[in-house]
Amino acid sequence: MKSVTAQDLVKTYGTKKDVVTALNNVSFEVEQGELFGIIGPDGAGKTSLFRILTTLLLADSGRATVDNLDVVKDLKAIRKRVGYMPGRFSLYQDLTVAENLEFFATIFETSIQENYDLIKDIYQQIEPFKDRRAGKLSGGMKQKLALSCALIHRPGVLFLDEPTTGVDAVSRKEFWDMLKTLKRQGITILVSTPYMDEASLCDRVALIQTGNILSIDSPAGIVDNFKPTLLAVRANQMYPLLLDLQRYEGARDAYAFGEYHHLVLKSGFNEAGVRSYLDRSAHEGVEIKPSRPVIEDCFIALMKQPTGAAADNHQPSA
Amino acid sequence: MGKSQFLSFIKKEFYHILRDRKTLFILLGMPVVQIVIFGFALTNEVKNSAIAVLDQSKDDATASLTGELDASRYFEIVASLKSAAEIGPAFRKGKVKMVVVFPPGFGNDLKHLNNAQVQLIADASDPNVANTLTNYANAVIMGYQDRVNQGLKLPYTIKTEYRMLYNPQLKGAYSFVPGVMAMVLMLICTMMTAITIVKEKELGTMEVMLVSPVQPLKIVVAKAVPYLLLSCVNIASILLLSVFVLDVPINGSLPLLVAESILFTLTSLSLGLLISSATGSQQTAMFISLTGMFLPTVMLSGFMFPVENMPLPLRVISNVVPAKWYYIIVKSVMIKGVGFGAVWKETLVLAGMTAFLLLISIKKFKIRLS
Amino acid sequence: MQDAITTRNLTKTFGSFTAVDAITFHVKKGEIFGFLGANGAGKTTAMRMLCGLSFPTSGKATVAGFDVATETEKIKRSIGYMSQKFSLYEDLTVRENIRFYAGIYGKSRAFIREKTSRVLQQLRLENEADKLVGALPLGWKQKLAFSVAIFHEPEIVFLDEPTGGVDPVTRREFWNLIYEAAGDGITVFVTTHYMDEAEYCDRVSIMVDGKIGALDSPKGLKETFGVNSMDEVFLKLARGAKRSDG
Repeated sequence: MKSVTAQDLVKTYGTKKDVVTALNNVSFEVEQGELFGIIGPDGAGKTSLFRILTTLLLADSGRATVDNLDVVKDLKAIRKRVGYMPGRFSLYQDLTVAENLEFFATIFETSIQENYDLIKDIYQQIEPFKDRRAGKLSGGMKQKLALSCALIHRPGVLFLDEPTTGVDAVSRKEFWDMLKTLKRQGITILVSTPYMDEASLCDRVALIQTGNILSIDSPAGIVDNFKPTLLAVRANQMYPLLLDLQRYEGARDAYAFGEYHHLVLKSGFNEAGVRSYLDRSAHEGVEIKPSRPVIEDCFIALMKQPTGAAADNHQPSA
Repeated sequence: MGKSQFLSFIKKEFYHILRDRKTLFILLGMPVVQIVIFGFALTNEVKNSAIAVLDQSKDDATASLTGELDASRYFEIVASLKSAAEIGPAFRKGKVKMVVVFPPGFGNDLKHLNNAQVQLIADASDPNVANTLTNYANAVIMGYQDRVNQGLKLPYTIKTEYRMLYNPQLKGAYSFVPGVMAMVLMLICTMMTAITIVKEKELGTMEVMLVSPVQPLKIVVAKAVPYLLLSCVNIASILLLSVFVLDVPINGSLPLLVAESILFTLTSLSLGLLISSATGSQQTAMFISLTGMFLPTVMLSGFMFPVENMPLPLRVISNVVPAKWYYIIVKSVMIKGVGFGAVWKETLVLAGMTAFLLLISIKKFKIRLS
Repeated sequence: MQDAITTRNLTKTFGSFTAVDAITFHVKKGEIFGFLGANGAGKTTAMRMLCGLSFPTSGKATVAGFDVATETEKIKRSIGYMSQKFSLYEDLTVRENIRFYAGIYGKSRAFIREKTSRVLQQLRLENEADKLVGALPLGWKQKLAFSVAIFHEPEIVFLDEPTGGVDPVTRREFWNLIYEAAGDGITVFVTTHYMDEAEYCDRVSIMVDGKIGALDSPKGLKETFGVNSMDEVFLKLARGAKRSDG
């Protein structure tokens, strides 16, 4: 069963003169119980998409359903069965942890006891602070409280808009562990993130950039679709090395990637060719090795694809 | 929405209000401070005010009355006018605040007709001062009359006649109490309702609320309840202060006054609602509430400046200022002591406005983000 | 080589809470220095003290040779600052923003004119110079904000999570700008949540509970902790933290 569908969603903002396209014919389907990631930088259209799916915004055109309910017509029914965590912390800072949770339970016409089993694992971590005002919690704890509040009515579909933005690596990891637990309970989860490395934690992902979906697949599928040879190269002087790699005739692309630079080769070029090219320059401590692409490599490649609107979209719009 | 849901909403709003101590302090303290300030401004004494005398009788009686006026600590006679034509220039030069006019034959009338007249002409561009001056002058004249009358069978009476220049229908001394009530209710209900709703938009909690089974309009109604209660506390404190501290009596029916105040509170709440649906930031909401609502309340309700003296366009505009109607109602009920029969028209206007505003804000209320 | 930043037992307490607990480190001139830590580890407080925005409770620190406690005005003249949250005025054009910030530092008109065209060229923004900054994509804003932060040629530039939410391609373009600035001798002091960016730094310090938990080159850190990535170094260190942000 399809839990969420989107068909040719278009959303624009601004006046006739100055139109910003937030979503440009976005279509995808999410299966029941899937953990689906929407991966893209700020301004890609993630928040607009989530707001359309949660009935908060009307699309200019296109259709979308959640649990087979139309997001425009069946507004009330959808609002009863989705959980939503907006991008910024949206709980009452001047209410305590317990008061916030209780409040959200009552507005969803339920009680904490009724669905406690669902939030137990998450809520127990913040329970020692239940009399603390939400505004005084740490970032990670705020996030856990917000998730507990979004889950309190046992939603069928959970929408999490950039839950890990601005959160440190430790809290991010903990958050993804919580999502895995929730997935086991059969809840469909849509999560958006600007962190490419989080894509591998999803069942399937949609890569999105300036309102266009670049690719939809499982993380492994996306990586498999990356066909060119990818090399990891390093030397003692990294920045000059990068400039040299970018000048290499066999380079389709070269960019920094952690402690190595990634060099994407044009067809017909190989590792030996790169080695002899670098030998001609004055680099010391050169190390070259084949590398397995990750989602970020794929995203960069898809962004730079000459075809499709996505390619030149990181230029300022005219 | 179930009953418990609604109650938990109201509970939450109370938490917000009670935990923001500074705002709460201002909300509850503001009416007290305003009443005290206005009360003080009203009772401040006028000392040695410059006055002029136009004595057209020049007899013993006028001479001794003039002497008594000059001797009182309230007045200082700075000019003796020769003719009525000098009255206007004396005022315009700003030298004198009041002119005492004795008509020809004042002493004669007093002795033989037992009845004389004196005219007090005051510069009422500052109505409170004019009022105070004429009251003091009147007291001096009455004191003189009492002394002359001692042991006489047929008492002499001096009739003082007032003329208030520049402000013929001098507002009553107690006008500020109804004015402050209108101002405080407007400020708290309109501005605070608008601000708390917009605050939820800014915080992002409105987003979460909307994506929930709660009927959006009820979110907003629940927000209004605590402010309605807060306003009742303020009405009570203003009335208590005015009765026990300022000696302004409530001449009419108290239940009627309270009912009318609640009606006006509802008008203000629906205005606040309307503002909140049109704005996205607390700053804008505050700005609109202040300039769009508060200023007209002060300027056009008749509280500070009499509506009758305004140019026609402003008089027309003043009709759409809810505070004007409320001000008339409170003045009538509280000061004049009249019943519902005398204010039903104004009440109807106010009720009509409330219904209209509520209707628009319900229509305009967004169930989505944009 | 002269040090751009030195601190000795730099401490900041708020009541009974010690946000920064006697940290001691040096940043070399021209270095790209990564300043990492979990939320609430004390990064922001430490950075504020170094920028002259917050007065240390105890300890000493110098920035560009000036004392953070007594010579804050001189420090402010020698540093640039850019954060993800506030950078440029959205309702001013690109050119107006540059002119405004350059004006703050009292640069001559000739200098501003000449350098503005150089910066616009470097960012390939010549055609957007008279557009409102609000109309630019986020990545361009961030690159422009960085260029504005180093426009007055400061000795040190402080970058507070400069690349948050930026797409992977623009993120790398941003780092190229950082490399070029470092090449021009500007010391770069940067915080980030992206662990791959930690690898781009010459040296990295990781704050844990108000103290410096580790400080070394990325390579050195990975060797010390016996792991393969900065991510793991960070997790190993931060997991031991007693407090998260509060």
